[in-house]
Amino acid sequence: MSTTTERPAAAATAVPAARPAKFRPRGESSPLSKALSHGVLILASLIALFPVGWILFVSLGPDKTDYLHPGQIFGKLTLSNYQHVLADTDFFTWFGNALLVSGVTTVFGVLLAATTGYAVSRMKFPGHKPLMWSLLVTQMFPIAVLIVPMYTMLSELGLLDSYTGLILVYSTTTVPYCAWLLKGYFDTIPVEIDEAGRVDGLSPFGTFWRLVLPLARPGLAVAAFYSFLTYWAEVPFASTFMLSSDKYTLAVGLQSFVSEHDAQWNLMAATAVLIAIPSAAFFYLVQRHLVTGLTAGASKS
Amino acid sequence: MSVAVQGATGKGSRERDQRPGLLERLKRSYARHWYAYAMIAPVVLVLGVLVFYPLVQGIWLTLTDANSLNVARHIGVNEIPASYQYIGFHNYADILWGPGSYDRFWSHFVWTIAWTVICVCLHYTLGLGLAVLLNKKLRGRAAYRMLLILPWAVPTFVTVFSWRLMLSDGGVVNTVLSGLHLPEPGWLTDPWAQKAAAILVNTWAGVPFMMISLLGGLQSIPAELYEAAEMDGATRWQQFRHITLPGLRSVSSTVVLLGVIWTFNQFNVIFLLFGKGAPDAQLLVTWAYRLAFGQIPQDFAQSASYGVILLSILIVFTAFYRRWLARNEQANG
Repeated sequence: MSTTTERPAAAATAVPAARPAKFRPRGESSPLSKALSHGVLILASLIALFPVGWILFVSLGPDKTDYLHPGQIFGKLTLSNYQHVLADTDFFTWFGNALLVSGVTTVFGVLLAATTGYAVSRMKFPGHKPLMWSLLVTQMFPIAVLIVPMYTMLSELGLLDSYTGLILVYSTTTVPYCAWLLKGYFDTIPVEIDEAGRVDGLSPFGTFWRLVLPLARPGLAVAAFYSFLTYWAEVPFASTFMLSSDKYTLAVGLQSFVSEHDAQWNLMAATAVLIAIPSAAFFYLVQRHLVTGLTAGASKS
Repeated sequence: MSVAVQGATGKGSRERDQRPGLLERLKRSYARHWYAYAMIAPVVLVLGVLVFYPLVQGIWLTLTDANSLNVARHIGVNEIPASYQYIGFHNYADILWGPGSYDRFWSHFVWTIAWTVICVCLHYTLGLGLAVLLNKKLRGRAAYRMLLILPWAVPTFVTVFSWRLMLSDGGVVNTVLSGLHLPEPGWLTDPWAQKAAAILVNTWAGVPFMMISLLGGLQSIPAELYEAAEMDGATRWQQFRHITLPGLRSVSSTVVLLGVIWTFNQFNVIFLLFGKGAPDAQLLVTWAYRLAFGQIPQDFAQSASYGVILLSILIVFTAFYRRWLARNEQANG
């Protein structure tokens, strides 16, 4: 016991002596700066964690005003909100709708975008620059530019309140975005592979299909996950275009707790947690690759 | 697809046909680019049909007085044809200098610019600070990373909903503030506090993306540079200033551009935090949405005009930003 209390004191006195730090290996910092770093990181982690933890906590309180006096929740922790949401609401319908819409959008987007990403990454052709520009500009579209014409178009085509309509609308952003993302991934695959394929007599498309695409599987997975997660929880388009409650996606269904049952915050909290779990799980599976794909594509344009 | 494009290039280069072998060159160019055009065809098609066509339609709408009372619609089995008409640039004039344009446009414009600048600065500085810390050799680095990425991993509308509960009157934030004997602003009701709350929530949600991107950038800076600098007796600050920041330039330019675009167009945070309230804290984009879908009659034409104005601002900004980057790059070799 006494030795352990002595240690920190010794270390503390050693700090000033070690201050010139000529002999400290690179990348190692002084204990003081280490402690400071840990302090800042712990604080930041708490701030990042708190709202997520908070909604989890509130979802365990049975009463809709429990979030105002959280202390009382400890006395009556219950899973009844989850039970209610799963058993008595349209949760599974919404879940299925969200899965269907975001799933089809993802497949559609990645399939269409893959060849374009490859072409933009490997080939120089007249129109290359305008294409890259239009891919970038579509990321800038504020929702207000397209939502009105899309609304009138869909209503003329009778596609309002239909899965097809929503999928088409989502494709406007997901297709150029996936093309952009995949271009970044294809850039990281060495050109020598293509050249080897060409030497062995494959056509450019054959090279793409047989050699590059299999190698790009992680990139494809990232593009797929990214667009899936985006549309899994998309609000404005879904809440504008999906009008009947059996067509609601999760994000829209969640809103309905406010109007229909005069703000059932506890049920909303439970639903929110149920929605967050699968998407957060997916996210952690692929997060390592997410950013490299994104920024690689952008910085090399 | 490729044939059409080939025809177009043929027309463009016809003036210079004194050069021999135009047909030959076209044939060669066709042979060389055929695959490229075939491969981009699907996306060009989608962009054309799903983006370009609605965009043109939207721009056309801005030149009309379309609203929900005069567009084509169905009532029961009756089909009512569209009856809106062309009114020129009246919508733009009305938005930019019509009566009440300060309340309807300029106040939101100023707030949107302020919001974008503040949020992107906070995202970048906080993200960079955390990235630098995460790049140190610290115990538990992976765990910190997992926790700090959480605001990005959970869908926005879930986290914004949580913030809404926390910031409400009598919610946990104000309970803590009153415990510390600090003033308790009405985060979701008072105009200035609403803006602060929106910035707070958006900052919270946007830092992880910056942090992870910049961390990727930091890790790609070769360690030898730091070793050499240390040999030459450079201080930590000098190293940061002359190695770290230049090393991050390409990543930074990209994430800042994306950050500006996303923040400028940020819809979810404002829409979900305030719902139908908070007219003062509305950004241009949520305001435009509200004109079309938050009131009756729905003013489609004005909403689309706002959208076109927003898009123009972003395109002009991006053009200048990229030119500025290119110039910087030249200046710095």
